[in-house]
Amino acid sequence: MSEKHLSSQFDSELSAVSTRVMELGGLVESQIRQAIYALSQFSVEVADQVTAAEVKVNAMEVDIDRELSSIIARRQPTARDLRLLIAISKATANLERVGDEAEKIARMVRSIIHSGAPRSLPSLELRVASDMASGLLRKALDAFARLDTTAALAILKEDNLIDQEFDGFVRKLITYMMEDPRMISPSLDLLFLAKAIERIGDHAKNIAELVIYIVKGADVRHAPMAHIESVVK
Amino acid sequence: MTANTIEQKTQPKLTVNKLDFFYGKFHALKDINLEIPENKVTAFIGPSGCGKSTLLRVFNRMFELYPEQRAEGEVILDGENLLTSKQDVALLRAKVGMVFQKPTPFPMSIFDNIAFGVKLFESLNATDMEERVEWALRKAALWTEVKDKLKQSGSSLSGGQQQRLCIARGIAIKPEVLLLDEPCSALDPISTAKIEELIIELKTDYTVVIVTHNMQQAARCSDYTAYMYLGDLIEFGATEQIFFKPNRQETEDYITGRFG
Repeated sequence: MSEKHLSSQFDSELSAVSTRVMELGGLVESQIRQAIYALSQFSVEVADQVTAAEVKVNAMEVDIDRELSSIIARRQPTARDLRLLIAISKATANLERVGDEAEKIARMVRSIIHSGAPRSLPSLELRVASDMASGLLRKALDAFARLDTTAALAILKEDNLIDQEFDGFVRKLITYMMEDPRMISPSLDLLFLAKAIERIGDHAKNIAELVIYIVKGADVRHAPMAHIESVVK
Repeated sequence: MTANTIEQKTQPKLTVNKLDFFYGKFHALKDINLEIPENKVTAFIGPSGCGKSTLLRVFNRMFELYPEQRAEGEVILDGENLLTSKQDVALLRAKVGMVFQKPTPFPMSIFDNIAFGVKLFESLNATDMEERVEWALRKAALWTEVKDKLKQSGSSLSGGQQQRLCIARGIAIKPEVLLLDEPCSALDPISTAKIEELIIELKTDYTVVIVTHNMQQAARCSDYTAYMYLGDLIEFGATEQIFFKPNRQETEDYITGRFG
């Protein structure tokens, strides 16, 4: 397969915008890691760093969208170039939302610390789900960079595990709240926090679906797993 | 090569079976098989020398003007193989009209440019002829621009108007198939847009086949697209599918500009 366009300028534009998406992915990945660290250490300082990074994430999203508009306006991309650019646009939006979720986690961490009740909450039990979510995002970004549909398919299957973790955690929180009504307010913060982690898994899944869209030209959103497997095969 | 049959509601207007074409010893079209749907716009794209114009010239036996050129196989129009048909070539070309790359108005008035062809096939009285000329000019989206100067020479018009005059001339004799060979390559973007609008409009009455180097033009105004390369038909499918996710790597490389 010939990889290069007749226009080398077009090639460098595409590779520049792809690189920017990976940079954005790296940035939100470190935001999540910091947010999880802030949760496990109850660190206001680290939570503040997560919030501060959001400005940069937002600016990168705007930059990438501008580059995409420019390429589409000047190159009239078709076929896999078109699919790549549409997918980059959607992946960028998903990554920015991941950044928002990381910021949400940081905000909840601050709120839980201010409530004075951090140590008595089951926050450490979120560790498994949060590691899963950040791991899933990393894999999704790897699959996107390599256009690896097999890896993308594995991610789609794994997202269910995070959902299961989330459901289990919610049940646990309910028992905490029933035992001690004073825990209701910080428990709700923790619930929002858990929801943010679960959402990160969903965004990773969306990015994995985009990998299949680019390579196979098939939109597998909302499709049953058996169908997705037959598309990837 | 797999058969290029498209799922369609309408009957194919032209069916090409095992078509080979030779310029002397040069094998210019190789075992072409496809069906051109009725009342649709079918575009042929491909690099220079791929055979797309040659194929177009087979559809109205234009190639027979040159002794060294021959076609083998079948091109079926209305149940008859037009390559072996005893039918008069002039009648065939009345049924299968053609518009060329460069506007070719006859050196006569705008009115006569259109009436000339009609007179060859029909004897209309003056009123009917005027009606026919107006009808053709309206169809070709040229009427409002020329209705006050029908006696002026056809070559006094702008390039875009001349090309629309040629299309009007082509449809005045009411063909069933209209072949357009690079109809916009010599035109500015505004004239091009008018002709593309016209092409889409024409398909309600005609089967339109267009050869174009401008891939975006094929994407904009055709229902089906065929990609040809070195005399082979590489892929034929719905235009949307060809430009979004072609089945063949060669097609994808060409339309994304990776060809070379």
